[in-house]
Amino acid sequence: MTHATMVHHTSMGLDNRKMAFWAFIGSECLLFGSLISTYLVYKGKSVVGPYPHDILNIPLTSGSTFDLLMSSLMMVLALAAVQRGDMKWGKIWLFSTALLGLVFLGSQVMEFTEFVHKGLTISTNLFGCTFFVLTGTHGAHVAVGVLWLLTLWVRALQGKLGPANATTVEITGLYWHFVDVVWIVIFTVVYLIQ
Amino acid sequence: MKRAAALAAPAAPATHVATGLKSWLTTTDHKRIGLLYFWTAFAFFLIGGLEALVIRAQLAQPNGRLVSAETFNQLFTMHGITMLFLALMPLSSAFFNYIIPLQIGARDVAFPRLNAFSYWALVMGGLLLNASWLVGPLFHAGRLSVAPDGGWFGYANLTERQFSPGPNIDFYQLSVQILGISSLAAGFNFIVTILNLRAPGMTMMRLPVFAWMTLVTQFIVITAFPVLTVALLFLMFDRLFGAHFYLPGAGATPILWQHLFWIFGHPEVYILILPAMGVVSEVLPTFARKPLFGYAVVVYSGILIGLMGWGVWSHHMFAVGLGPVADSVFAATTMLIAIPTGVKIFNWIATLWGGDIRGTTALHFAVGFIAMFIIGGLSGVSHASPPADLQQTDTYYVVAHFHYVLFGGTVLGLFAGVYYWWPKMTGRLLNETLGKWHFWLMLIGMNLTFFPMHFIGLLGMPRRVYTYAPELGVGGLNLVSTVGAFLIAVAILVFVYNVWRSRTRGTIAPNDPWGGATLEWSIPSPPPPYNFSVIPTVTHRLARWRTERHEPMEDPPALPPAPIHVPGGSWWPMITALGLPVMAVAALTHTLWPAFVGAAILLFAIYRWAFEPFEV
Repeated sequence: MTHATMVHHTSMGLDNRKMAFWAFIGSECLLFGSLISTYLVYKGKSVVGPYPHDILNIPLTSGSTFDLLMSSLMMVLALAAVQRGDMKWGKIWLFSTALLGLVFLGSQVMEFTEFVHKGLTISTNLFGCTFFVLTGTHGAHVAVGVLWLLTLWVRALQGKLGPANATTVEITGLYWHFVDVVWIVIFTVVYLIQ
Repeated sequence: MKRAAALAAPAAPATHVATGLKSWLTTTDHKRIGLLYFWTAFAFFLIGGLEALVIRAQLAQPNGRLVSAETFNQLFTMHGITMLFLALMPLSSAFFNYIIPLQIGARDVAFPRLNAFSYWALVMGGLLLNASWLVGPLFHAGRLSVAPDGGWFGYANLTERQFSPGPNIDFYQLSVQILGISSLAAGFNFIVTILNLRAPGMTMMRLPVFAWMTLVTQFIVITAFPVLTVALLFLMFDRLFGAHFYLPGAGATPILWQHLFWIFGHPEVYILILPAMGVVSEVLPTFARKPLFGYAVVVYSGILIGLMGWGVWSHHMFAVGLGPVADSVFAATTMLIAIPTGVKIFNWIATLWGGDIRGTTALHFAVGFIAMFIIGGLSGVSHASPPADLQQTDTYYVVAHFHYVLFGGTVLGLFAGVYYWWPKMTGRLLNETLGKWHFWLMLIGMNLTFFPMHFIGLLGMPRRVYTYAPELGVGGLNLVSTVGAFLIAVAILVFVYNVWRSRTRGTIAPNDPWGGATLEWSIPSPPPPYNFSVIPTVTHRLARWRTERHEPMEDPPALPPAPIHVPGGSWWPMITALGLPVMAVAALTHTLWPAFVGAAILLFAIYRWAFEPFEV
């Protein structure tokens, strides 16, 4: 820890990892920006069905959107608990965040399976291409986040995660909230504005 | 060189503690990674150069028969990708790595292991790409090479499975994807390093211009590369999973690829040129013994270039027919971006004006950069006008333009950096007489090669066609161009000999052979693993020069007052990078298990990396 305290001074006063992560999020905005733009450019250009209004299940997705929003709340509570050194609740909230992430992924798997049964695959039409790649890329991000949260949870169970690692949890939270915000945009663009 | 010899201090004591293969494979020292970048990039520069020589030999005469059309397509595609992603970008990275922490007064970059990962991902991407030259039999291709053959910008829908059934385009999309990951990781690392690891007193407006240009470049990298990632992702889904992002039959438009590619591709041009501009902005003041003229304006115009670089991409697409409104807007923005570039050129010339000029090789290259970049810039502005561009697009005129910018600009600029920082990086000076031979041969060679291409193009010879008929009347000009290309090769051989010779016979470099103003010259050449025995405090921009208001800073003492902890190496960055090409094998061979093996390697290595004891 002696060296750690030595280098924790930074020119901008912001933790190195946190700054790198903000830069990463900036970069990710361009990634999702390109995916969402492509979705919009190809909207209504499919030459065969099924079309979005034939197939999108708004009630199911509203539920999973609410689930993901609640997971962000759990994430906030997890960080607050870790920061104040309350590892009992820290563990509970970290696990709850991961669990809600898993529920979201589960409902995405259900949705994808249902679409395939109804005849929409990635090679059916442009809606299939853009829909599956956009929401799939987002789902992959959620999966990485779940893995990350579960790793932190296991570390906490082992007693290796405490207030000293609050920055790590905070960065995990940055990622999680970002992925959540991206979903709000996707939900609006893909599901609500048909 | 007499001056340097007179200044020569006693040889610095041996600094690198660990030697041997393992210490290089696991190194996290920015200086060693910088050297690895340099040698890797130089090796790929030679490979890309050889490809160019074969291209020129084929085109030396009408109806050339040296290579087939198929091989020719692979050659120009690989030449482009190799030079951009494997030679010039990593050569810039070599200087980012070696010089930036020294210039800002830091002990290393912000994330040393991520830095090692960037390097190894570059190696993996480069090896994967170049493996395509040799693995044809594995794909039953009926020939040795299955190298990418769709041009470096791989226009859709030529790259789709139905038109390119072989693995060629898969090698392209997978290796460029890996190279993108390498660049992105380095981007985050250097942004944090430059913003956060500056020595006390090194405010943003005291940063050396090279550090500023690096910062702007990295911001472009982290915003431009994700767009390429998406473009390649779509291509991958089209080719492997039957999607049709670029297939017109399904209602899609291949123009989407062009937009996504050039939204990345034009900023990429600035990723390639801004570091060279930064190098020149360091070399000129040192050898003119004058502060850079209009430091703030040079910095701001660099930032402006970085921003405006986002608004010009469609000038690569005038021939598509985007309509008068789009064409006019992009013509206007393209003409506008010439302004901050021109501002820089005037600043460099004004820096030389009235200076106490020393005609070193580094200065020769820097001045050569200015002259050649002006020619490239002027032909560039001529494409900004859509009617003119329609005559020039896809002809050798365009080839002439971007070689003046990338060879006359980036390559000459980076060679200025090589001669300038070589003594800092190796402890030996390069020979100046050989350096001048290198410079003049290269300058004459490049003008012989690329100047005739303006006429070849305007006379109607299209680029990327493997031969031409004698009736076109461009045989003589093409022969001149080929002779020039081989002259460049001779110049490179002179450089290689100079480097080889410097190992034992180069003058031993003192801390500061040139009288530089920036911090890297205040410490031994090559620097000890910890760089600065005591982290310096910076009081003014030209830290080591006497100015009207400031005394020069004191150099740090030869030995640190207390032992300095230097972080040890790690295997995990390299092993993490190894997971990437293994996953790529799955996509190349259409088998699933390598994807799982690669993902397992990746995941395992990332976890070991995350939890290994490593102090920075």
